[in-house]
Amino acid sequence: MAVMTMVQAINSALETKLKEDPDVLCYGEDVGVEGGVFRVTENLQKQFGEARVFDSPLAESGIVGTAVGMCIAGLRPVVEIQFCGFVYPAFNQILSHVARMHNRTRGRYRMSMVIRFPYGGGIKAPEHHSESMEALYAHIPGLKVVIPSNPYDAKGLLISAIESDDPVLYLEPKKIYRAIKQDVPDEKFTIPLGQAKVMQEGQDLTLVSYGAMIREAQKAVVMAKKEGYSIELIDLRTISPIDRETLAQSIRKTGRVLSVTEGPKSFGVGAEIISIANEEAFLNLEAPPTRLAGFDTVPPYPRGEGWYFYPPERIFYEIKKLMDF
Amino acid sequence: MFTEYDPLKDTMLQILDCSGNIINPKFMPDLSMAQIKEAYNWMLYARIADIKAVSYQRQGRMYTYPPNLGQEASALGSAMALGKEDWMIPAYRELAAWLYRGVTLKDVYLFWGGHEDGGKFSNAKNIIPPCVPIGSQTLHAVGIAYSLKYKKQNSIALTYIGDGGTSEGDFHEAMNYAGVWRVPLVFVCQNNQYAISTPRNKQTAAKSLAIKAIGYGLKGIQVDGNDFFAVYAAATAAAKEVRSGGMPIFIECITYRQGAHTTSDDPTRYREKEEEEIWLQRDPLKRLKAYLVQKQEWHEEEDRKLQSQYEKEIEEQFAQAERHPYPLKDVFQYMYVETPENLRKQHIEYEKFLNWKETQKWQ
Ligand SMILES: Cc1ncc(C[n+]2csc(CCOP(=O)(O)OP(=O)(O)O)c2C)c(N)n1
Ligand SMILES: [Mg+2]
Repeated sequence: MAVMTMVQAINSALETKLKEDPDVLCYGEDVGVEGGVFRVTENLQKQFGEARVFDSPLAESGIVGTAVGMCIAGLRPVVEIQFCGFVYPAFNQILSHVARMHNRTRGRYRMSMVIRFPYGGGIKAPEHHSESMEALYAHIPGLKVVIPSNPYDAKGLLISAIESDDPVLYLEPKKIYRAIKQDVPDEKFTIPLGQAKVMQEGQDLTLVSYGAMIREAQKAVVMAKKEGYSIELIDLRTISPIDRETLAQSIRKTGRVLSVTEGPKSFGVGAEIISIANEEAFLNLEAPPTRLAGFDTVPPYPRGEGWYFYPPERIFYEIKKLMDF
Repeated sequence: MFTEYDPLKDTMLQILDCSGNIINPKFMPDLSMAQIKEAYNWMLYARIADIKAVSYQRQGRMYTYPPNLGQEASALGSAMALGKEDWMIPAYRELAAWLYRGVTLKDVYLFWGGHEDGGKFSNAKNIIPPCVPIGSQTLHAVGIAYSLKYKKQNSIALTYIGDGGTSEGDFHEAMNYAGVWRVPLVFVCQNNQYAISTPRNKQTAAKSLAIKAIGYGLKGIQVDGNDFFAVYAAATAAAKEVRSGGMPIFIECITYRQGAHTTSDDPTRYREKEEEEIWLQRDPLKRLKAYLVQKQEWHEEEDRKLQSQYEKEIEEQFAQAERHPYPLKDVFQYMYVETPENLRKQHIEYEKFLNWKETQKWQ
């Protein structure tokens, strides 16, 4: 057991798998010598050598496209895209091959790769460094999309992702890369993909979130408690495939659901959660299933960021509206 | 020039040596002393603005900033080859070029200070904002150049890219399109030896970046990017050629990023002090200043005076940028030409929340 930040926990997961499985490789821009711009892969090259942990040329389509080939030939690459905004040159590879190769070859070739990248805003970064576009990836059949909200989960989920024979997009909420410290086992452990976690039980309303927004949601839960509301907080952890069962059970119990996500509102993860509420808990609903999300705009540059990344008061405000409905 | 410095010959154009001597008079550009001084002044202005940006960032008054220190000659020498009606398509590390083009320093500070208004570059003609997704701008440059050719405007386009950027697919598509369409376009690659921590030799197994031009049917040249005269001479010759219908030209400027990649980067993790010191000897400002001093056209005294004058001007520009407001409506109003109802509603909803928040007592 050691106290770790999320950066350290992810590093520890990578180290665990690199040690255990010679087929695991890590590469991406500045991943080797530098240890990644966020130091997530720090010391891994020193420990495991340049053949296994290395810098790629500056080309994302190349990073993911070569990983497709490595998977076909039996390796398990864990590749890094430096920031969420720079996945797009690789989008063709992700959509056209990573998500499809298994089906295309009727199961002959498995895309046992992980594509990691920091995502999300609120850190006053330049353009293209703050987006929260997980809904795009969740919309692609054939991919799994995982987002941890704390160091412990980050390690357990990443190990599962690396061991998964399906391709996993592993999105790292960079705002809380170093914000939370937690006890995390040094040794190997896994957290199954596809399972949400009830962070706190409650009776009045189901609050669903993931990633960096969990922290904001927790603050709102405290505010709500002062008003006498008992909130059930669920951390989705895996966006796709979504854990319908955990959501359904909770919403049937509370009759109210509010999703809290960062990305643009329309056609987002919140819409999926509302659908689940309708499909699985319609007769139990006490208020309209509701989503709180970012505006349907790009995240503003740092000076305007405060307008976009809403404060916990906003979550509380929505909770109140649903409780007063 | 492009035959003599054919990239296959693996030679680099250099005119001014590190002590300020002209070693290659054949290619010395035809510039008056007044123009040379002006160039030096622009480089000095850009350098001070750059150093100040870093210090503002350190004071928490500016966001992530990519230092230009050491790359002033590449940026300015190439920008000076453009005419008023020509187009500039930036990457993001060409401060001197933008300023020369007419971009106000206030805008630049506003841009790196985290405000979209800064990227509009409204005071400069025919320029687009800095481009963060590496390499993607080179395709825009091809499209702009095609339009200029189509409209028979006799103008050209010039685009910037870094050494790392030459690994991106978009860059290769741009080189290829540029050749197939034979557009009036000059590519200026600032090979500053690094893409963040990744050294140039990990980007490509090719001997030079300039050599890449050959495969696409373009012309290429490698120049000493810390030599203002060499950059200006090559860029001027390239501009002349593409303007008269010649093949697009790729210029590789050999330079060095003396500072960090950005204010969030720590170069000690990936490069040696000794290497940095070698490149300090080749500093572009030092060289041009040495030339001017040798010609008895410049004195340390003047230099200091000009520096303190620039410092004041620059501080004023920063003060203006710092005062610039960011109202909520700016988040919404530029997303579309016609704002959809949906978005208007989100704006109104948020105003409602803000009003409610005002009425609450938060502990
Ligand atoms: C498509 C894309 N991938 C990754 C990045 C992150 N990134 C920003 S700058 C940079 C290095 C660029 O190096 P180079 O092209 O040599 O330009 P320099 O920074 O040296 O001026 C990287 C990888 C990005 N901005 N865009
Ligand atoms: Mg570079």
